[in-house]
Parts: sequence; structure tokens; C-alpha cells
Amino acid sequence: MSDTSSEPIRAGFGRGLVKAGQLDHNVVACCADLTGSVKMDGFQKEFPDRFFQIGVAEQNLVTVGAGLAAAGKVAFVSSYAAFMPGRCWEQIRTTICLNEQPVKLIGAHAGISVGPDGATHQMLEDIALMRALPNMVVLAPCDSIEAEKATLAMAKDKRPNYMRMAREATPIITDEKTPFQIGPAYVLEKGADVTLIATGTMTPQAVKAAELLYKDGIEAEVVHVPTIKPLDVKTILQSLKKTGCVVTAEEAQITGGLGSAVAEVIADEGLAVPLIRIGMKDQFGESGDPEQLMHHFGLDAQHIRLAAHAAVERKK
Amino acid sequence: MTTKQLELIATDIRQDVIKMLEAAKSGHSAGPLGLADIFTALYFDVLKHDPKKPDWDERDILLMSNGHCVPVRYAAMANAGYFDRKELLTLRKLGSRLQGHPERTKLPGLESTSGPLGSGLSQAIGLAMGLRLNGQPHRQIYVTMGDGELDEGNVWEAAMLAPKYNLDTITVIVDRNNIQIDGPTESVLPLENLREKWEAFGWHVLEIDGNDVEAVIDACAMARAVTTKPTCILAYTVPGKGVDFMEYDFKWHGVPPDHEQAKKALVELRTLQGKIRSEHE
Repeated sequence: MSDTSSEPIRAGFGRGLVKAGQLDHNVVACCADLTGSVKMDGFQKEFPDRFFQIGVAEQNLVTVGAGLAAAGKVAFVSSYAAFMPGRCWEQIRTTICLNEQPVKLIGAHAGISVGPDGATHQMLEDIALMRALPNMVVLAPCDSIEAEKATLAMAKDKRPNYMRMAREATPIITDEKTPFQIGPAYVLEKGADVTLIATGTMTPQAVKAAELLYKDGIEAEVVHVPTIKPLDVKTILQSLKKTGCVVTAEEAQITGGLGSAVAEVIADEGLAVPLIRIGMKDQFGESGDPEQLMHHFGLDAQHIRLAAHAAVERKK
Repeated sequence: MTTKQLELIATDIRQDVIKMLEAAKSGHSAGPLGLADIFTALYFDVLKHDPKKPDWDERDILLMSNGHCVPVRYAAMANAGYFDRKELLTLRKLGSRLQGHPERTKLPGLESTSGPLGSGLSQAIGLAMGLRLNGQPHRQIYVTMGDGELDEGNVWEAAMLAPKYNLDTITVIVDRNNIQIDGPTESVLPLENLREKWEAFGWHVLEIDGNDVEAVIDACAMARAVTTKPTCILAYTVPGKGVDFMEYDFKWHGVPPDHEQAKKALVELRTLQGKIRSEHE
């Protein structure tokens, strides 16, 4: 992995949204007073008639989105994840999921790496909230390039979608040729000793952890899960059956998130596979420098490495 | 259609509502009875629609934000020819298209899924903006809302937004019957002055007798004529209208009649509260 290149995941969303708008005149966007932060400003500039400023009103934001979808529009709606889906879960449940309106929900500034703003703005429960909803697709791309592809894929997908993205620059680990579809999990590194399953900002950390583990004499298989729901159970099972132990990593609460989803797969299949979940352990964050916070709460390559050692030990 | 004919349809709809609720053994009585004249006006005069082609792409759109009152909509739709009236008795039963609260994906002709209050106007805004982009700025969008529903913050977020984009095709009809589950609206959470509130948010406001079919039709025509603002019709209705022992009593908000009560209610509705002799007696 190269550390030379990094960019906020949301920048890729901004580029993807403009491209989606060029490809399909039905693409529209709504924002709740955070247009620059969530990177909808490019779309607003290019398509002023197809951009709607809703104001600081997240319940209205997503429900207006449901109405736009009812009129045949491909509606992208965005705010900080703490507020959307944080404040408007029932509207998403009723008017989007149960009502089967394919609104595209974009949760920006997700995770603890929001940093100095503190716990109120560090959304850690969005994966659990969205994963629990029937009909909802849940995405967490690992870098800006993948976020751009995910945005274009969402514009064509006929289901309600939720995509989370982080505020800070994230290392770029994919390129234009890296495959992306909604649905599949991708094996980024092959290995036989332990499986590292990661999503979003934790995928670059998992790749880095695999490098560290290689030096320790452990060959880790890295599975990147950009689509948390529906989960690519087949790819995950193939890897688990090969390695026999697993570490999951996500910048979110371990309750109800990717780690829980993998635990469900293991239990459903009756596998005796040691699992260690990296994530926020039923606690809130606090203010601080993003990188320091990630280290403080155990959300980095070093902690994944240590967890992988422990998982391999438990196999014996 | 003459006023007399419309009034008779409203009475038929009320009788269907009583039969449906009795058969379902659960549901809301007062609201649907009070709304029968408004839904008669909408389905038999105001709306541009085709019961045989519910997805006709030139139709007007009716969003029912007060989803708990949906029996009146089902009854109006059946009487208008969307489906057979026999199906009305499946209300709230397993496998029925007539869910306890309306679900768009279950029954053609429902424009959205609702029940949790306060989300109809926001969807009307999205629809109005989308239809404008689609080159169909003429299609009218009507939203029925309960008055207790106005407690919801989401309603006022939407009320603030519609005038910003001058969404003049939106007409809100507030069922102002002064009751909600826990009692009179003004003791649960005071709503007045409602006219001043909507006007302050930038709306054209009309106040009518919501149990007068012709007044509803006239108000909707006036709403269409105003092209500078969205319109809010404050429609004063009698909860439980047409059934003496239900009228004005908030206890009937969320309960159905039992067999004896339904029998009594149906006689009253057939005789227009004792004004005419029923052929069934």
C-alpha cells in the first residue's frame, strides 16, 4: 500500500454525483445546509435546477426525497450521518423502505475520525440503524475512487441505498480499473492463516495490518466489504473455511454492524471459527485529533494486527 | 353530479366505513366518518383520475398523511370503481390489500405508505418539484392531514419549504375536528391560531365547513386558481359525523363499533339521523 496518495471519500462522491447527473437527467440532489461539506456543491453548480436546498431539516430532507422518487427522480439526499439517518429513521423506514421508493441516502462525516467536533457528531450507529431495515442497501466504500464508482452504481440501482463516508482524507488503495459492483465482497490480499474482513475507512488499515502480519510470519487474507447489506456471504464463507479464524474491522459500533453480520453468518453456518470484532465497543467517542482517536479507541492497523495474532492463537 | 347525489354517496361511504370497522374489530371511527364528505368531493368531483387506470400519468395525486383514517379512502375508492365493494370487508385481515394503514405497494391507487404522522406534505413537495422537472407542472397534489397531526415538527419543516419553491399545485386539507387520542386538540397541545400560523408560513388559507361537499369542491377550485402560493384549507368537520352517539366524542377516535352499535349507526345513517324513513325498516 502506498501512503503517498490520499483523499476524503466524500470527494469521490462529489465527482460521482456530477457524472451521474450528466448521464441521467433524472438525477436530482437535496441537502440540509451542508452542501460544501457533503460535496454536493459541484452538482449544485452544474445543475442548479436539479438541486434543492431543504434547510436544517433532516426529517423533511429524506421525505422530500421519497416524493421526488415517487415522481420518477433519482434523488440523492445528504447530510451528516449523525443527523441523517440519525434524526429521521422513522421517515426512512416508512416513506422510503416500506414505501419502496429508491432514495439515495448519503451519510457524511460518519465515524470517530470526525475528530474535534466530539461524540455528538461522530456517528457510529448508522450501519446498525440502516442494516435493520428491509429493502435497504448499505454501502461503505474504502476510498474516494471506490466512492465515485459506488455513486454511479447507486444512481442505477432500483432499491433504497445508504452510503456512509468519512470526513478525513483516507489512503487511496483502489484505482480506476479495480472492479466495483453493489453486492460483492472483494479479496484484496490472499492468505491462509487469518481472514481480515473490513469496510470503509478500516479497509486501508486492514491492508496495512496484513503487511505487518506478513513480517510476523502470518499470511492474512483481506476481504473488503463495500456492501454491508446485502452481505456477500459466499465470498466470506469461502475465506473463513480456508483460514479458520477472522478479525472484522469497522469505524462503527460493533453492535449491529459488519462484525455482527459476520457473527450471524458464522452462527447460521454452525462454523467453529474464532472471531474478534474491531470497532467501537458500546461506547461514545470524544474530541481529539482524528488519528489519535483512531489509535485511542483501537481502530487502526496495529490493533487489527494484535487481534489477528489472538485469533490465530485461538485456533490452536 | 348534483349536490344531492354527492350527499347520498357520502352517506353510502359512511355506511361502508361502519361495516368495515365492525368486521375488522379494530380501527378508527370518528375521523373517517368526519372525512366522508371531503373524500366524496375529492373522488367524485375534484380529482382528475381514472379508477380503471390508477397509474394514469396525467392523474392528480392524493396523499393521505392521516393514514389512520384510510377506511374512508378505501370506501371512496370502492364506490368510485377502483375495486369491488365486497373487498372492503377484508380491511385489516391477513392477506388483504386493505392494510390497517395504507401501503402503496399493496393497493393500486394509493400514492404512498403512511400512518406515522407528519410525512405527507414533505412527499407532496418532492412530487411537485419532480413533476415540474418532468414537464407536468399542471398536475395537482392534494394532501389530507389530521389536526392532531400538526403537533409533528416534520409538518412545519415542510410548511416552511413549499412556499420557498412556490409549489402552488399543492393543496393541504386539514381535517379540523378538534379531537385527538388523548382529548381535545386545544388541551393536548394548543394549535390555534391555525389560520395565522399557516399564513405566517406563506400559505394561502381558506376556512370551510368540511362536512359541506359543495364547500370542499369550491375551496379546491379556489386553491387551483391561486398560482402564487400553495393553499391550506382548514376544513372544520364533526368527528363521527352522521352517527349521533359518536359525534364530537373523542373516545371514538381509535375504536370500532361493536355489532349492536354498528346496527344502530347504520339505521341512523340510512335515515339521515331520523330525517327520512329507511326502506329497510
